[in-house]
Amino acid sequence: MNTTAHTQPLTAALDGVAFIGPGISTWTQLRSILRGAEPYHTAPTLIPPPATLPPAERRRTGRIVNLALAAGYQATAGTGCDLSTLATVYSSSGGDSNNCHEICQTLASADRQLSPTRFHNSVHNVAAGYWGIATRDMAPSTVVCAYDASFAAGLLEALVQVSSGCPEVLLVSYDLNYPTPLYEKRPITDSLAVGLLLRRDSGAHSLAILSAALRQAEPESMADPELENLRQKIPAARALPLLARVAQGGAASCQIEYLSPLALEVQLKPCA
Amino acid sequence: MRPIVLRSMSAASCLGSGLQAHADALLAQRCALRRCDFETVQLDTYVGETAGIDRERLPAAMAHFESRNNRLAQLGLSQDGFREAVAGSVQRYGAGRVGVFLGTSTSGMLETEIAYRSRDPVSGLLPASLNYAGSHNFYSVAAFTRELLGLEGPAAIVSTACSSSAKVFGMAARMIRVGLIDAAIVGGVDSLCLTTLYGFHSLQLTSSTPCRPYDVHRDGISVGEAAAFVLLDADADQGTHTGVALLGAGESSDAYHLSTPHPEGLGARMAMQAALAAAGVEPSAIDYINLHGTGTVSNDKAEGRAVAAVFGSATRCSSTKGATGHTLGAAGALEALICALAIQHKFMPGGVNCQQLDPGCAITYLRRNEPVAPRLVLSNSFGFGGSNCSLVFGALP
Repeated sequence: MNTTAHTQPLTAALDGVAFIGPGISTWTQLRSILRGAEPYHTAPTLIPPPATLPPAERRRTGRIVNLALAAGYQATAGTGCDLSTLATVYSSSGGDSNNCHEICQTLASADRQLSPTRFHNSVHNVAAGYWGIATRDMAPSTVVCAYDASFAAGLLEALVQVSSGCPEVLLVSYDLNYPTPLYEKRPITDSLAVGLLLRRDSGAHSLAILSAALRQAEPESMADPELENLRQKIPAARALPLLARVAQGGAASCQIEYLSPLALEVQLKPCA
Repeated sequence: MRPIVLRSMSAASCLGSGLQAHADALLAQRCALRRCDFETVQLDTYVGETAGIDRERLPAAMAHFESRNNRLAQLGLSQDGFREAVAGSVQRYGAGRVGVFLGTSTSGMLETEIAYRSRDPVSGLLPASLNYAGSHNFYSVAAFTRELLGLEGPAAIVSTACSSSAKVFGMAARMIRVGLIDAAIVGGVDSLCLTTLYGFHSLQLTSSTPCRPYDVHRDGISVGEAAAFVLLDADADQGTHTGVALLGAGESSDAYHLSTPHPEGLGARMAMQAALAAAGVEPSAIDYINLHGTGTVSNDKAEGRAVAAVFGSATRCSSTKGATGHTLGAAGALEALICALAIQHKFMPGGVNCQQLDPGCAITYLRRNEPVAPRLVLSNSFGFGGSNCSLVFGALP
């Protein structure tokens, strides 16, 4: 059965990309690796501090907030985007694993009193909340999770929003490395964030036109074993097959991991 | 535009299991909050604990989903012929055309909290019995629901604290309207755990009495738990349905503070206005507002101001959290269902536990049920992180 028989593809212009991960700190650097212009060497992910939060807020943010905010700024830099009115979609498989570990440790101890900051940082939308505070962004913001399919679930939601009339949407998909003993249950090796700025109308900034649909298909892997390892180890890195096509340019299509039996098929067209 | 129909619904909360139990409790203005004796928790507070969760047995093949949250989900899904209604949608549209979009704030966190008490003394490792993907991960309850009901369409969790399961209504409606799916199960499932009980206590936001939304002496929330599900589609002309439609959803962000609402309720106002605009109705057309009304000093004050700014002081409102407690990530869906029951049973629920209305709130707050049939209702859900969502529901002609 063709499960998507009467679905029109969901279409948007891709106007900005961010990538922060092991050994890679910008989309420009990843693009060069994906084009084969430089080799990929893994190294611990460097998460930049949040430059734009008020000092009182900056003291409270964890690495997950810094990671997501950095990806959001990177994806929108130079795009002429008004951040204060930008709709945002966040997707993360597990949120702040370090904060979760600290809470569980406290609750398993003799003194269960949690720090108020730890508790309010435990919500899955903590990065979305701090993004709003940092940018004065009062537009709708959502945070989704679909375990290993979280990147595709976020991209699908962002594309649906654009197809529903929202002129531009920022997608930030991110995961934090897990501390032991949670790591043994969820072996996410390092932190990684992908940001995509999607617009209804293509323009001078557009890198490609994306059209997506759900298909019964197997997700695609990366030819390079190190990049394939990254794709498999960190849920947000499931974006790599799509980013490889964007880096290479031209017309192409790829299947991104989604929920069995479906994959998210994305067709790319170059901008005129 | 064709309305999004509430085809079927079901729930389990401290008010009981099934729609009849919820309608009966609301009509009787019953508060179901009890002094907290949950698990090993030692806090001077009240909770809305759902009966029957531990009697639920997951299918043997789904044992990896074992958790209080998923047992609660199954209890909710098993009421009111809901699973049969979903089977009908699958037959009609195909398993790949029915989505699952659920809200939760803590999912199966409780199982990990308990597992941390049994770490290996030498290695520090967690017990082998803990299944992170099946219990703790946010997505677990959506994966469980999708598998239990044999669905193959899109699915996701929305986790934006206490607005989570309101936002899934807007998400599913968009997906139906762009043609990605024909029907969706939306809802919320959140269960008691230590993180939320000790967490809200750390913020001095839990009350030592049953919560008293909009009362002048209110001093915090009572944490509750619930599973609430609604089956949505866009075909009011076919088959039986609840007689209620989702007419609009509006969302906004406070951009103000992680755990305190904007003092003037600016974000709340924007969400209500967006929902009214999406539904194409004027504020004066709304007959009843189911308030977020958590019972904290700051929420009710800010929300009251926002409601007064959008609606004036005449529209009748109440919070039903005095009866159910604050079911956090399930609150949006549970209160959507309460709005639908109000339309079906032709009454406006009074806000129980409010003895003396806060004179600072310039709204018409119902302290008793009113036997007046609402046709158009609005439901508010606001969460930490400044996440706001308002929904408009209406009686189908």
